Amino acid sequence: MAKSPRNPPYPHRHLLGIEGLSVQEISHLLEKSNQYVGQNRLTDKKTETLHGRTIINLFFEDSTRTRTSFELAGKRLSADVINMSVGSSSVNKGETLIDTASTLNAMHPDVLVVRAGLSGAVQLLAEKVNCAVINAGDGSHEHPTQALLDALTIQRRRGKLQGLKIAICGDILHSRVARSNIYLLVTMGAQVRLVAPMTLLPSGAEKLGVEVFHDMKEGLRDCDIVMMLRLQNERMQGNYFPSIREYFHFFGLDYEKLSVAKPDALIMHPGPANRGVEIDSEVADDYSRSVIREQVEMGVAVRMACLDILSSNLQLEMQEGAE
Amino acid sequence: MTGIWTAALPDEKLGQKAYVNVRLLDPATDLDVVCDAKGGLLTDGEKIVEFGINIFKDGTPEGVEIIDCGGHCLSPGLVDIRVQVREPGYEHKGTIESAGRSATAGGVTTMVCLPNTNPVIADMSQVEFVARRARKIGLAKIYPYAALTEDLAGEKLTEIGILAEAGAVAFTDGDKTIANAQVLRRALSYARTFDLLIVQHPEEPSLVSPGGMNSGETATRLGLPGIPREAEIIMVERDLRLVEMTGGKLHFGHISTGEAVKVIRQAKARGLNVTCDTAPPYFALNDQSVGDYRTFAKLSPPLRSEDDRLAIIEGLKDGTIDAIASDHAPQDADSKRLPFTQAESGGVGLETLLAVCLDLYHNNEMSLLEVLAKITYVPARLLKLPAGQIAKDDAADLMLFDPEHGWQVKDTDLASKAKNTPFDLRPVQGVVLRTVIDGRTVYCLEDY
Repeated sequence: MAKSPRNPPYPHRHLLGIEGLSVQEISHLLEKSNQYVGQNRLTDKKTETLHGRTIINLFFEDSTRTRTSFELAGKRLSADVINMSVGSSSVNKGETLIDTASTLNAMHPDVLVVRAGLSGAVQLLAEKVNCAVINAGDGSHEHPTQALLDALTIQRRRGKLQGLKIAICGDILHSRVARSNIYLLVTMGAQVRLVAPMTLLPSGAEKLGVEVFHDMKEGLRDCDIVMMLRLQNERMQGNYFPSIREYFHFFGLDYEKLSVAKPDALIMHPGPANRGVEIDSEVADDYSRSVIREQVEMGVAVRMACLDILSSNLQLEMQEGAE
Repeated sequence: MTGIWTAALPDEKLGQKAYVNVRLLDPATDLDVVCDAKGGLLTDGEKIVEFGINIFKDGTPEGVEIIDCGGHCLSPGLVDIRVQVREPGYEHKGTIESAGRSATAGGVTTMVCLPNTNPVIADMSQVEFVARRARKIGLAKIYPYAALTEDLAGEKLTEIGILAEAGAVAFTDGDKTIANAQVLRRALSYARTFDLLIVQHPEEPSLVSPGGMNSGETATRLGLPGIPREAEIIMVERDLRLVEMTGGKLHFGHISTGEAVKVIRQAKARGLNVTCDTAPPYFALNDQSVGDYRTFAKLSPPLRSEDDRLAIIEGLKDGTIDAIASDHAPQDADSKRLPFTQAESGGVGLETLLAVCLDLYHNNEMSLLEVLAKITYVPARLLKLPAGQIAKDDAADLMLFDPEHGWQVKDTDLASKAKNTPFDLRPVQGVVLRTVIDGRTVYCLEDY
């Protein structure tokens, strides 16, 4: 990662992933995000922070909520936001990705927000441009703003991350959300557990500083937070589990399985949830437990903070270059 | 041999029964004691209450039915983990009742049936059907394997977690190999989630010539297509890699080649979670039994060479081969009365299981307890079945037998509906005198 000069609290040009970030860097991102929560609740939600800046949302994969969230974040900071959706099937990956990057680079954007279907594609693109790049999800690799918004949600509810017992359940293998969350939560001192059938756990998962379980009731016991993941059928080829019925029977979150967690345990889901697959509708809609809507709200604040921080870093860098 | 079956009904009044004047054998605890009238084994209702040389030293309690065993051997009933009952779907070959009569005549009190029926055992209702039918018939206890893949097609996993909860003891595609490496890899990995066992028929399908016998001199002389030993060895070697990769649990059914025994022995030494069984034909016969196109000797895997047969015995002796299963595969007469290449493979084996296994004892290869271990508690523990040993409060599933008595196997004498035994006309030693299930005598040898 290219270092920005003058050592700002988040000293990187891009936000490509959580892996490798320090406690201080993550804390800074979370503090800044928390400051933006209030602004989003005002009647006038707009400030001039990023006036005159250009943000391009470049999505090689379909997305509704993440793209909308980034778009809103940019607009509330008065940036000019352009959405580019490039159907993944029409893109001949590799060469064309770089072609797209250099074309966009020539238009002098300040921040590129990129989602790509292939792991590592966002980093590749970041190497070819002069602006800041935010990874809005790359394949099964990372989705750093999702981890930050999850952490912000937990922190605001529980006042801390350290020491909390957090279970991440379901399709870990294909999940970029899981990876980013694991890196973030482990760095911040939470006790992270993964609960999944063997086929949906990546090899070597236990080496990421987490505890691994294959039984929901064992994994959820005494947990403060239960984080469910979407079953990513679109990334699956072949037999990871026999049927939706069996998956829900053993790994779907219902009140019975939840009963072993702490009585006030929070339920999270990055959305969109497959009801009756990984989560029972009753549980998902129980707003005394489920903070799924809050996660969406925090998402906008987190993205505003990230756009803000990366834009000022870029400005510092340019000043440095000019001096 | 002719016997009498008393398919005892569950409502029969069961009191206490004392088996006296008996040699008690329990391989699980290395028990081998000779009891006179002062000792033996006491059952109450369906359970074993007590056993030992002195339990009746003050006489048998009043009201107890006394069964004088005439000094013969009383052991746990046999546990046979590879049986095809053919019901539902192929009742012209065999039924649950026919398998039950065969089993009890052979001292088998617990059997595990393959899922290759029609419909295939691949859902909860099929698992329950088998259990319910077996209970109603009241002969040997049956536990089902369920299919590992839908329609045994080797492609899509069945709901093995739900099936295990319904009572399926392990998962297999029966006499079909799970040939696709990715499917078996995922299956092993997924099954590990629930600590479930997968049972493989190890045979690389592309190396199996349809209708063939073991490759070698006899096949050449008879002009029959050959099935090379490598078909089994290659699949075992591949599967061991997948077990190592996934940490799953795999059991190989009916191992027939010396080289497979060797690689499994090495894998066990490395600590892999693998087990295997063989069937009596593979340590008692070789490919010369095919003789002049005897279709009763057409089995899958095929009978191998004499060297392989001897290596199988070594594998049994050193523990590489954990268990022996009958591989009972009934066929109707029409499907065996065909040119060799067109005939179905498989042989019945429940009634000859004990006698052929006792060859290992009579030939001084193994002790009596070592032989019994392979057909009682070891296979039971592989599948976590509550069977195969003599213990207080356990179900009184027992076999009374005379290990010395000689007789000749005759297909027409078999209780089984199907008569296709590869051991036809073989002189054997060892006969089942009485079979007891849940405290009830369900089979007695006539004139005993």
